[in-house]
Amino acid sequence: MSFTSTDDQRQLADSIARYLADKYGFEQRNRICAGEGGWSRAVWAEFAELGWLGFPVAEEHGGLGGSTVDLALMLEAFGKALVVEPFIATIVLGAETVARADPARAAEILPSVVEGRRLLALAHGEPTSRYDLARVSTMATENDEGWVLDGHKAVVLHGDCADTLIVSARTGGRDDDRNGVTLFLVPGDAAGLTKRAYPTIDGLRGADLELDGVQVGRDAALGPKGGAVAIVEAVIDRACVALSAEAVGAMAATVALTTEYLKTRTQFGKPLGSFQVLQHRAVEMLSETQFAHALCYRTASLMDTATGAERSRAASAVKAEIGRAGKIVGEEAIQLHGGMGMTDEMAVGHYFKRLRLIDVAFGNTGHHLKRFIDLG
Amino acid sequence: MDVVLSPEEEAFRQDVMAFLKEKLPADIAEKTGNGFRISKDDHVRWQKILHEKGWIAPNWPVEHGGTGWTPMQKHIFDEECALAGAPMVIPFGVTMVAPVIMKFGNQTQKDRFLPRIHSSEDWWCQGYSEPGSGSDLASLRTKAVLDGDHYVVSGQKTWTTLAQHADWMFTLVRTSDAGKPQEGITFLLIDMKSPGISVHPITTIDGSAEINSVFLEDVRVPVENRIGEEGKGWTYAKYLLGHERTSIAAVGRSKAQLRKLKGIARTELAGGKPIIEDPDYARRLAQIEIDLLSLESLVLRTLYAESEGRPVGAEPSFLKIKGTQIQQGLTDLLMEAIGPYAAPFQPEAFRDDGWNEEPVGPDYGPALAPLYFNWRKASIYGGSNEIQKNILAKMVLGL
Repeated sequence: MSFTSTDDQRQLADSIARYLADKYGFEQRNRICAGEGGWSRAVWAEFAELGWLGFPVAEEHGGLGGSTVDLALMLEAFGKALVVEPFIATIVLGAETVARADPARAAEILPSVVEGRRLLALAHGEPTSRYDLARVSTMATENDEGWVLDGHKAVVLHGDCADTLIVSARTGGRDDDRNGVTLFLVPGDAAGLTKRAYPTIDGLRGADLELDGVQVGRDAALGPKGGAVAIVEAVIDRACVALSAEAVGAMAATVALTTEYLKTRTQFGKPLGSFQVLQHRAVEMLSETQFAHALCYRTASLMDTATGAERSRAASAVKAEIGRAGKIVGEEAIQLHGGMGMTDEMAVGHYFKRLRLIDVAFGNTGHHLKRFIDLG
Repeated sequence: MDVVLSPEEEAFRQDVMAFLKEKLPADIAEKTGNGFRISKDDHVRWQKILHEKGWIAPNWPVEHGGTGWTPMQKHIFDEECALAGAPMVIPFGVTMVAPVIMKFGNQTQKDRFLPRIHSSEDWWCQGYSEPGSGSDLASLRTKAVLDGDHYVVSGQKTWTTLAQHADWMFTLVRTSDAGKPQEGITFLLIDMKSPGISVHPITTIDGSAEINSVFLEDVRVPVENRIGEEGKGWTYAKYLLGHERTSIAAVGRSKAQLRKLKGIARTELAGGKPIIEDPDYARRLAQIEIDLLSLESLVLRTLYAESEGRPVGAEPSFLKIKGTQIQQGLTDLLMEAIGPYAAPFQPEAFRDDGWNEEPVGPDYGPALAPLYFNWRKASIYGGSNEIQKNILAKMVLGL
């Protein structure tokens, strides 16, 4: 066992941290959020140039073949800076789904993704599926030209800007059958596809997608027919670890901001940080962050080898823990900042919103606790 | 001990319900029920209806236009209003400054201000907190210097709720630096149209702008707008804090919120079943309902003591802490209820300015995450919950 990073990993983390400290301060980040599309194509191009988009992608698909620990290190740094570019959507969800579903197609599609020329989004959840990955009602009907897709995909992360959408749809079975769901590659500008785009509470972008008779070719089907649920499950498990790492970064930043505030804000003639009750609460926040960090990297290190229930149970454990800890850290940070914590101008509120929305994504604490029990 | 309503109280409840059914505008009740922001016009429209009925100021003495209700009747009224979806009566005039004017103001001030508060012709805001003075309010630095028959006021107030609508602001200002900080504070009523006042909205984490910074630059305030004596403002402000005993618990509003939550939890599905049937969610929902029962029980006990003429002690601090924990817990469960649909930020869907597209996700969805983030304020304002615990440690435990 080793909790020590390799030299390469340290270099990666350092270079990302340096870049973000220089180019992605809180003010810069807010300008990016407020701009066209809600994220920066220039920053995305730099991510591509620096090799970060390909870092967690397999070498045979044009990437650098980084591990899940590498991925976690990247996301921890992104979490500290509240990065809003579509890395989770395109790389963690999109590229990983293509790679797991169909390695041959991945070799054809992913190089353009790694180079920053193609954005992906995974359109899987639906209005009533909540966190149940097998509950898919979108239908795929075969015809002479290929497949016709009809249905509604809900809260698709960066679904507004994706060049290629990966859409799950039923080719067999019904309701929540694990079998019978197939993945399809759908161009972002397909006829019959209506996008309702919106910012999300935490400053990212999403869209609800209506598919009304969307015709795709025979070659649009991706991966084994009827076998999408197991693929999506594996992708989401790894995404849970990635999001947890992002949350760990956000929690660490939150603790640092709160500690700084306690040291500088004075009331009753002394710094807030001199009040023991507030010291203890700040320590609780730090403690939650420490445990979350340790569990997150332990889980990341087994993600590349574990399979099936072992992998899923580990992912659920870390996602549940991050949801719980992130809520405590975020809520306490606001409370310890007092009225200032409620204002949009302070960074702390933005970390808080990201932490709470990370819990909402891919299954909240309650969902993953239940899944952890069911898989036990 | 007998903790059930008397037949008279039950009859009173029926009267209140009948009044609300007849007079509460349906469009306002619908907005409140959907968690929409309520505009100034809607607030004033409803408050004028209460004024005409004579029910706007239950906490005032009858000679000034109060209702003469018992504490229990006031509680029943508050609860029924909340359950019917009536907007909260904006407290700054009726509930906060009016009792101070009645107790410490002179006859001219009473005649000038009270009728216009009663009829909602004037909108008031509260100028207490400052950037450097939150929990430590007595350290406030907004200065008032006497110049002939005017005070010249300069400084900055903050967190001033709905100041953008206000005609008047009741304000704590510093008139002396001598002695203890509390001794140099004076209570002034300031006309918001005075030259030198500027109001700047503060955007909060939920994306709304209910609160403001109020800048005062050499604002001339006639001495006749001072309440009571110079340097006694802190005493008057403390009287105001002690005046509000049980309404801070917001039992009625939380009951209405709980009812709404149950409705949503019966509609939202997880694994094909309503989430109210999910054991973990149901357990947490039940715990909040039980917390609300104990909160209400302490409110009722406090009201009973008040009606017996016994002094109220530290109860408001207990009620504030528990009441705000329940309010926050409810918003947490509400946000959780809609799962991934908590994420889309659609403020236009609940802003009440004529947006009439269908929102993404369920109709009740867009307001819920902002509500959760907005209500984090409840454990901070009105004396943070930490300050309430300090009060309890000192007053009750003698520590």
